Amino acid sequence: MIERHDSVIVTTFVKALTPLAQLFALYVLAHGHYSPGGGFQGGVILAASYVLLALALGRESLERRVNERVCIAVGAAGVLLYAATGLAPLVAGGNFLDYSHLPLPVSPVRARYLGILFVETGVMVAVAATMVSLFCRLAEREPGA
Amino acid sequence: MSELLLAALLALLVALALIAIHAADLLLAAIALGAYGFVMALLWAAMGAVDVAFTEAVVGAGATTVLFLAALLRTSRRRSPWPSRLRWIAAGIAVATGAAILAVSSALPQWGDPAAPASVHVSPRYLERTIPETATPNAVTAVLADYRGYDTLIETIVIFTAGLGVWLLLGRERA
Repeated sequence: MIERHDSVIVTTFVKALTPLAQLFALYVLAHGHYSPGGGFQGGVILAASYVLLALALGRESLERRVNERVCIAVGAAGVLLYAATGLAPLVAGGNFLDYSHLPLPVSPVRARYLGILFVETGVMVAVAATMVSLFCRLAEREPGA
Repeated sequence: MSELLLAALLALLVALALIAIHAADLLLAAIALGAYGFVMALLWAAMGAVDVAFTEAVVGAGATTVLFLAALLRTSRRRSPWPSRLRWIAAGIAVATGAAILAVSSALPQWGDPAAPASVHVSPRYLERTIPETATPNAVTAVLADYRGYDTLIETIVIFTAGLGVWLLLGRERA
């Protein structure tokens, strides 16, 4: 079990850093079209912010914020968001994952731009939720308990 | 980046790999492996593969290390010694594979060669058409999420399924 860290410096710093890390994760996702980054990296950074909370404030602190079962279900929702973005063009007469046929009131090029954003969001949610759930399970027991 | 700095990073990479393999304390091994991932990320960045460097830094140096540390919390910091015969067989296979890769490495195209097969096949098309077709300046993102959308979809499914499997297995002992 991971206990709360004794040092007030560590706990205060982590409390201040967590929202910044989460904001940066969203930036990495949203700016993936223009700079290195995207859903995968953003998702891991988002997960890292929760892991950091657990390491510094103790595992209970993470448990209060995140329900493991809900978390793994959110991961599945991320995968489904990707698949749904792939299926939507089929309805509008295109091919699977052909975002230019997404049923949106924008130009085909713009639709592909948005399609990339949707699937990257799905990747981010799936990666972040999977990693947080895994960490919760791995960190829950005393060694040898 | 100067040749000297690259050589120093590569030497550091080998040293960290040896520490990760030989450390008797698995906590040290996990941290050395994390540092290895970070040096790898620096090397990717030096080669201009910034997206790969970013992923290596967050996954190789960050996520993997944290998962290893969490696994150590549940198990033990000490490793069990390898059976010595298995050790020699493993060393033999590693040396033979390394020698084979070194032997054929001169036949590979030079790094950054514009005439290399990887640079003349589909890459030019992606680079020329990414902006008119997807309005996305970062061609890496467009290739990953659009041109190669199937691969990334299946990759995401693999990550989630693997994570779900481990999560369920670890939960069993609680019941």
